[in-house]
Amino acid sequence: MWEYTDKVKEHFLNPRNVGEIENPDGAAEVGSLACGDALKLTFKLDENKRIKEAMFKTFGCASAIASSSALTEMIKGMTLDEALKVSNQDIAQYLGGLPDEKMHCSVMGKQALEKAIENYRGAPALEPGAKIICECFGVTDKEIERAIRENNLATLEDVTHYTKAGGGCGNCQDAIAQILERVKAEPKAETKPKLTNIQKIRLIEETIEREIRPSLKHDGGDIEVIDIIGNRVIVALRGACATCRASNITLKDFVEHRLRELVSPDINVEEASK
Amino acid sequence: MKTIYLDNNATTKVADEVMEAMLPYFNRLYGNPSSMHTFGGQVGQRIRDAREQVAALLGALPEEIVFTSCGTESDNAAIHSALMTRPDKKHIVISRVEHPAVRALCSHLGTQGYKITELPVDKNGLLDLENLEISLTPDTAIVSLMWANNETGVIFPVEAAAKMAHDKGILFHTDAVQAVGKIPINLKNNVIDMLSISGHKLHAPKGIGVLYIRRGTKFSPFLIGGHQEKSRRGGTENTAGIVGLGKACELAVKNINTENIRVKQLRDKLERELLKKIPQSRVNGDIQERLPNTTNISFEYVEGEAILLLMNELGICASSGSACTSGSLQPSHVLRAMGVPFTMAHGSIRFSLSVYNTEEEVDFVIEKMPAIIERLRGISPFWNQVAQACTNQ
Repeated sequence: MWEYTDKVKEHFLNPRNVGEIENPDGAAEVGSLACGDALKLTFKLDENKRIKEAMFKTFGCASAIASSSALTEMIKGMTLDEALKVSNQDIAQYLGGLPDEKMHCSVMGKQALEKAIENYRGAPALEPGAKIICECFGVTDKEIERAIRENNLATLEDVTHYTKAGGGCGNCQDAIAQILERVKAEPKAETKPKLTNIQKIRLIEETIEREIRPSLKHDGGDIEVIDIIGNRVIVALRGACATCRASNITLKDFVEHRLRELVSPDINVEEASK
Repeated sequence: MKTIYLDNNATTKVADEVMEAMLPYFNRLYGNPSSMHTFGGQVGQRIRDAREQVAALLGALPEEIVFTSCGTESDNAAIHSALMTRPDKKHIVISRVEHPAVRALCSHLGTQGYKITELPVDKNGLLDLENLEISLTPDTAIVSLMWANNETGVIFPVEAAAKMAHDKGILFHTDAVQAVGKIPINLKNNVIDMLSISGHKLHAPKGIGVLYIRRGTKFSPFLIGGHQEKSRRGGTENTAGIVGLGKACELAVKNINTENIRVKQLRDKLERELLKKIPQSRVNGDIQERLPNTTNISFEYVEGEAILLLMNELGICASSGSACTSGSLQPSHVLRAMGVPFTMAHGSIRFSLSVYNTEEEVDFVIEKMPAIIERLRGISPFWNQVAQACTNQ
């Protein structure tokens, strides 16, 4: 059982400011059903451009709900610049602390706030004409079309690998299939020139060196190429990555994704057996 | 506040009779059964009785029963012994839904030069024996499959699986921690080589387990030490625990019909009414091939930990396969192996009953759950959209 503070319990059992403001000045949704955490935040400003009202709706565990409730209480009366300075540590502190494993719940509140303020300040939430297809991951038709075109995607599975679309509840899979049909029917743009094996191996190594290793190192991890057989790239994760629970996600969603994008859409990344 | 305990697959209440049987062995009959004096030796007789009580529940011989400290030790000992007695074989077959006591051990062994095959399950959590047949190789040392799943209650055809392994000269172990005491088991009718039991899942205390080892099966001990348990498990006997487990097994023989009739009726009522009263809910796992006491229900658009904490406010105990309850990023490996969508897995609640539950308790849960789910759906940003979509249809 989690050791929640009384304040976390209290905000979970009696959450403040639940709901959605009609005609809000700023609004944002972050997370998804599939991730297990999602938050919708809306706020309204008063005549002095201070936050008059903030409301939330959250799908998630007790700490996600309590963090959302705390956030909406904390930012009331603040200017947007002040509100942007509220950190996830501030949210956790307000609640008397959160278990380490639950800190991501407070990060979600912070992200929603940033996005809602962006939304108020006029950053375009969606590119013009785009429509959300995958509700779980907030992927638009334009993004899916682009991914299909640029990477020559053929199947629904490919689209999910590249964009996450369709990977949650699966309700949008028919819509994605229709987009696939439509884009595939378009006249083909010229494809990338075919690489020789040597060129491909060199390009894989360069891409890992330039695009992938720096980000992994940033998180205390590292990657080593063990072998390249045709389109199979066999790697070993080192450092923090080697013991990370999410290493498979790193491998597929990051390493493979980048290599497919920058080298060839046929690349498959595998982890060397330990 | 009264506690309504529907988490019996996690652990169970020590039965009053068990507790009573154990008490003398703490401060009166505290002798060491290995001692030469009568004061210690008399305890040895009670251990023999307990061994017979356990054997009777399983349809086993007393000498086939080895007392251990827990189910995890039994699982580790079984697999370890198979590898030690067949040192030329490097392949182990398990399923994707095994308990961590088997799964984590095997992933560790995977880093030590062993090859592990994890058999898949279908969307109802059932095992296809054809997949087992294909997985067996001349290099396979042991197949270890759970008798019943702790999260869904789904039962595997372990007797047929054991035969399949045996026909190829491969050892078969089953983690029967959830099955023993809940469904009839008779080891005379099958060829299972080893079977694990955990005391605290059948109303004995924590800290006592059993590994059944069929007569004639080569065994290499996991805990090496004294001559206890015929040198199959070193360490001074947990006398009180052993006596308690013996008593619990005797009670389980008596209660097996209650378990399969009354407890099953209560479980069925709980499940039926919750599904009826709460829209967008569904059962995870096959509803036929299942333990009589378990139901795993997903409530879509709400998160399991939040549900559990609201239930906790009313004194209702259960558990969840949600990611948030474990501190991991992903929901239960069992539900994932079954292909339960994440959206469903996050809102899964496991109710597991015992002979100590009453109809009043079940009715109370049936009465309270709809409001809990509704309250959380009211906070959920997805529920409105879904509710609207449903009314528009």
